[in-house]
Amino acid sequence: MFGRLKQMLIKELIQVVRDKRTRFILIGPPVIQMLVFGYAATFEIHNVSTVMVDMDHSQESRELISRFTSSPYFNVQAQLNDANQAHNLIDQGKTTLALEIDAGFAQKLRKGETAPLQVIVDATNSNTALIASSYVSQIALGYAQQAQQQRIYSIAPQLIDQIPSVQLEQRPWYNPDLRSRWFFVPGVIGSLTTLLVITLTSFAVVREREIGTLEQIMVTPIRPVEFIVGKTLPFFLIGLFDALLIGIVGTFWFQIPFRGHIPVLLTGLVLFLICMLGMALLISTVSATQQQAMVTAFFVIMPTITFSGFGFPIRAMPHWMQLASYAIPLRYFLVVLRGTYLKGVGFDILWPQMAAMAGIGLFGMTVAILRFHKALD
Amino acid sequence: MSLTRLLAVARKEVLQIIRDTRSLAIVVVMPVTLMLLFGYGVNLDLKELPVYVCDQDGSQQSQDLLKRFQSTKYFEIVRVVDNVPAIEHALDSGEAKMGIVIPWNFSQRLSQGGSVQVQAIVDATDDNTANVLMGYAQGVVQGYSTGIQVAWLQAHGLTLQPVPINVATRTWYNEDLESSAFIIPGVLALVMSVIGAFLTSLTIAREWERGSMEQLISTPVTAMEIMLGKLAPYFVLGMIDVAVCAVLAIAWFHVPFRGSYMTLAFSSALFLVTVLSLGFFISVVAKSQLAASQIALIITFLPAFLLSGFLFSIEQMPVVLQGITYLFPARYYVTLLKKIFLKGTPAAMLTADLLPLAGFTVVLALVATRSFHKRLE
Repeated sequence: MFGRLKQMLIKELIQVVRDKRTRFILIGPPVIQMLVFGYAATFEIHNVSTVMVDMDHSQESRELISRFTSSPYFNVQAQLNDANQAHNLIDQGKTTLALEIDAGFAQKLRKGETAPLQVIVDATNSNTALIASSYVSQIALGYAQQAQQQRIYSIAPQLIDQIPSVQLEQRPWYNPDLRSRWFFVPGVIGSLTTLLVITLTSFAVVREREIGTLEQIMVTPIRPVEFIVGKTLPFFLIGLFDALLIGIVGTFWFQIPFRGHIPVLLTGLVLFLICMLGMALLISTVSATQQQAMVTAFFVIMPTITFSGFGFPIRAMPHWMQLASYAIPLRYFLVVLRGTYLKGVGFDILWPQMAAMAGIGLFGMTVAILRFHKALD
Repeated sequence: MSLTRLLAVARKEVLQIIRDTRSLAIVVVMPVTLMLLFGYGVNLDLKELPVYVCDQDGSQQSQDLLKRFQSTKYFEIVRVVDNVPAIEHALDSGEAKMGIVIPWNFSQRLSQGGSVQVQAIVDATDDNTANVLMGYAQGVVQGYSTGIQVAWLQAHGLTLQPVPINVATRTWYNEDLESSAFIIPGVLALVMSVIGAFLTSLTIAREWERGSMEQLISTPVTAMEIMLGKLAPYFVLGMIDVAVCAVLAIAWFHVPFRGSYMTLAFSSALFLVTVLSLGFFISVVAKSQLAASQIALIITFLPAFLLSGFLFSIEQMPVVLQGITYLFPARYYVTLLKKIFLKGTPAAMLTADLLPLAGFTVVLALVATRSFHKRLE
């Protein structure tokens, strides 16, 4: 039994490594995708292109503008004298944000009235708009507080130390500089592993059927179980290799902190690979051609990545989608990845995720093997 | 070139698509699936995030502040704890996204006058969620602080507006800051990439792999006729998909459509020819289905997803990567889609995006024809 299994393993590994193109596919695309994702996937908002329309030309308006010019969140491209000009720039997509200070701004401030600051934001990208306008409010309110203190000081200087106020001290944990990369890179390890393991494995199995070599193998004394194990074990190793490759490249290239324990991450990875191999085998049992396998894999991978919380919070999804996400192994693996990388937590916290993956993996593998048996008979 | 022969090739291709149910499924079902997946799943509009509270003061004032948190739709106070480590643990395990800590001297400091700090400890693994959360929390605390100041100002007989600056934000093009309006138009580019490059490269690579392409070459059909005949059915299907997606976006997801249907059809046709040519070229170069699908994924789907501004703002990427985005036609198409849908920009003002896209169309169509010709000799 082990002799035949060993032969099968050797055959599979030779088949993968011999072909130059396949060798490239194992290393090139995953690394390229990791790098592109790491650089491109960001929800951070810095240097939002901004134009200022200052109709007041007062010391106060200039002071407010300087708060924006010195902020890393805004890139003040121009100071205009005409609001229409600013509107045109937004229409053409040349700037994202326009801040308008009307004439009489300083006068209203000095009189103790409320002075308006008009903000127009291009909300084509709703996320940028939301975060940028919250930064605008924070800066404007900071200035407003200072203006308020000056007013109170000018009226009643003895009260200046007694103005009550509540400040919020923001403490973002695990990712203090709020870097998108720290969020995405561990997630990319999970997503790319999904993509690679499912496509490579299902393709390999289906190709044997398509070319007719599957029948040749079936006439040899090999047993179905040996065939399945011999077929999936190499891809388990390949998946492990690729996951580690992507992980190492991503971690070192983008300098993502790893605060947890490697054995915890490896346990999660092994369980996750079992889930993915089961999935790939299932796909191969329902596909007769590589193209069919590709199409089916695509239909499986797209929802997997979307539902998993890879880039978009599960909490913001409709309820039925949140429920569906519990059936997706990647959802759990992402928690393990981010837990070990950023939070540095261990088995005591991650055991439910591990258990869920083990359950799904076991179930998937069993169904796949049963179906495969039938397909081979 | 003979129209009869071209039509014969096209007819063969159509029959092949119709007989292969799964290919047909991808053409019909995939656009709808992608639309639904992204329309529902890719949502950054957060609400009811679980919050832990540690109220060390336990006074009327601290309760008032917490009530303000509870009354917004963004926060859901799930538990009140009496120490900070409990919050730490909840963030570690993911039970809470934020912990609010009110210091023991909160009410005392407020009554004495002066500033007091409230802590918001936020799980920043997902930097975007953290940013949004902190923005909302800031708003709540600011509102509370203003309320206190109003009372204090009145008590001291000062007739001042509590907040001297009123930030009036207008969000253009997507007034309610809906994620769906921001994301859905771009889904068209993803659908086109899949139909255009992915599917065609696979179908044609299959012909190479099976040797039926050589049979086709030995017939009197010219290279040009093969290419056009093979791509024409996919072009028609692609345009139908554009229509299906547009109808879904407008009628089902209520994405505003402010531009012209003609411009949408024209730019979609340009992009479709571009990706079809690319898919054809890939299949000629790769000749194997596995390689073709991987290459198609990397040079069409991935850029359409990552480097087009579909989801991640190009403005926020590193400068080098921003330059690279100009090399992918998806960038122009996604920009066009967003402008046509949300901004309603007239065609005359779209030349900056239409011209490069048309350039890509011509160049890639030529490259595809050329490459195929060479292989025939």
